Amino acid sequence: MGLAVAVPILLQSRFPEKPTAIAKHAFDTINDLPDGSRVLLAFDFDPASEPELGPMASSLTRHAAMRGYKMYFITLWPFGTQMLTDKIREVILADFPQLVEGTDWVNLGFQAGNEAIMTQAKSDFKRTFPRDVRGIAVAQIPMMDEIRTTRDFACLIAVSAGYPGGKEWVQYVVTPERGSATPLKAVVGCTGVQTPQLFPYYPGQLDGLIGAIKGAAEYETLVNAEAERRTPGAPVPAKYLEAVRRMGPQMVAHVLMVSLIVLGNVIYFVGRRRGVNA
Amino acid sequence: MKRQTIIWAIIGIAFVALIGSRAALGRMGRTYVEPTVKAFERVTPDALPWADQGADAPSAEWIATPPPENAIDRSGVWSERNAAGNQVIGWTSWGEVDPTVVFKARAVASRGGAPGPAFELSWPRTLGLWLAAFFTLAAFSFLYRDNPFYKFTESVVVGTSAAYYMVVGFWDVLVPKLFGALVPEIVRSVVQPTLRQPELADQIAKVLVLILGVMLLMQLVPKVRWMAVWPLAFVIGTFAGLKLYTYIESDLLGQLRAATAQSPLVIVTADPTGQALTGAGMVWQSFLASLKTSLLLLGTVCTLFYFFFSVEHKGAAGRVARVGVWFLMITFGAAFGFTVMGRVTLLAKRFEFLFDEWLWYIDPRGVHEIISVIMISIPALITDTITNMIAALSVVIPTLY
Repeated sequence: MGLAVAVPILLQSRFPEKPTAIAKHAFDTINDLPDGSRVLLAFDFDPASEPELGPMASSLTRHAAMRGYKMYFITLWPFGTQMLTDKIREVILADFPQLVEGTDWVNLGFQAGNEAIMTQAKSDFKRTFPRDVRGIAVAQIPMMDEIRTTRDFACLIAVSAGYPGGKEWVQYVVTPERGSATPLKAVVGCTGVQTPQLFPYYPGQLDGLIGAIKGAAEYETLVNAEAERRTPGAPVPAKYLEAVRRMGPQMVAHVLMVSLIVLGNVIYFVGRRRGVNA
Repeated sequence: MKRQTIIWAIIGIAFVALIGSRAALGRMGRTYVEPTVKAFERVTPDALPWADQGADAPSAEWIATPPPENAIDRSGVWSERNAAGNQVIGWTSWGEVDPTVVFKARAVASRGGAPGPAFELSWPRTLGLWLAAFFTLAAFSFLYRDNPFYKFTESVVVGTSAAYYMVVGFWDVLVPKLFGALVPEIVRSVVQPTLRQPELADQIAKVLVLILGVMLLMQLVPKVRWMAVWPLAFVIGTFAGLKLYTYIESDLLGQLRAATAQSPLVIVTADPTGQALTGAGMVWQSFLASLKTSLLLLGTVCTLFYFFFSVEHKGAAGRVARVGVWFLMITFGAAFGFTVMGRVTLLAKRFEFLFDEWLWYIDPRGVHEIISVIMISIPALITDTITNMIAALSVVIPTLY
């Protein structure tokens, strides 16, 4: 397995990604929001799940920035602050320098309290996140004037590695709003372990689901295609090909594993038949 | 010798050869930094964009300003008055820069070109990179057997994480939420100048929280351990109430709603997401959508029936329950597949780190010099190694005479 993963990395093998309907639906949900929409980006993950969730967090941030949405970054994980800062530096500060902090995007950082924070944000968002990550009071941040509760966001984009994360956002914030005239749209990107737990919520309670590195690679492909459509011929920076790159070793490892399972079964059945015949 | 020992000896030798060859061929595992001066000017409220916000506006604020010309030569934090009479403070921060940029600038400078920015090799960051590589390999060493390197790495990870959580808990929870409500003046003057004056109700609530918190700690005192039961009951009760309500709304009613919304077994024009199906593929896609909803219904009924024990699972009931088991097995298989995918991704990331950031064998990000393994043929490897050895000997041998 080590070789199956290492060799494609050393050879930098890449395979074409064909986005599935579920990835396209997630992409369309975000892409079709009205211009200037306010999106809440909750990055609830840590360095342990960064390899899986980092690429999709980059793609989602890039997509929102590309569309010119107002981005509100939050995290409910203590280590999440660093993840937010990294993605803002890698994507917004590097590729969208025209976006102004406090007007186009704000990093509200970490708040402890798990579901209590989600519940409180539903009724009073500013009280829940009273300062940004640098300690500036939200009263002094122009783009916070428009926010009272989570109902003031057009879409929730949650990148989640576990508890609290995508499942809790669906349970506490998204589902109660589903019956309203303008329900809060929600797209969740999650780890492979979490994906089967979140599938039942799609499409009834979730508008998009990006599952594991495969989903991230598909979403990355869609965002790169959108970037190409906007600026034809522009090279794709390597940082926006991370998920696609990581699918190379993934594919070889999966082929190896499936082959071993098939081989094991063949040996088992052949052995059993010989045993019966003997 | 045991077979396992031989395998691990081969892996170890191959790895040492890999690092040795890489070290012989060129540079690896370095982090460079460049200085940037940060300067901030203290301005009055009139100059701020939020000056019209009355009581919420601060009395003064620091805004970024261009640094003075000679600021890069100054050490530590400096302070001065600018032409407008405002206080300006600043310092030099060191930001990471791609090695490629450094090498290109040095190459230009060595050919008589203009000297580039003052890049420096960052020893602390380089050490951090090598430590990360060491810890990665030490974690991998568990594949052989439990050993001191693995134990040390495990302890470092657990200790660092616990310490980080404690620090975050103190500064992000206790200071702003508890101390900020109970002793706001002190918190405002020492750590958080923008802290708002808490309301009386909030202060009373925080006193109760403090009492409950102290009672929880009584678990450590055997004589009054009973006091810890009360806050524990409060936490569990609140949490259970909150969870019960949301689970009923989201997972029970929400899922029932989703299942009934997909009740038509024959779908002609749209799939479950409501997407319109048109064109030549309509029949095929309608068939697939219908099959999906039928399977969903079949799976739900059969799986639920498997957990219905009031009827003995024999005959037709047994067959329905059996189908339910198949659906469960497929679900577990899918979950296992996704878990494997996640774990392989983590492994791939660690290998990428070793080959890219540490060994510089690959360069998918285009940030450092590279000698790709594809480009390295064995003869080239041998030739380069011999050349380097000759060069080293030509320096060493004359000194022996």
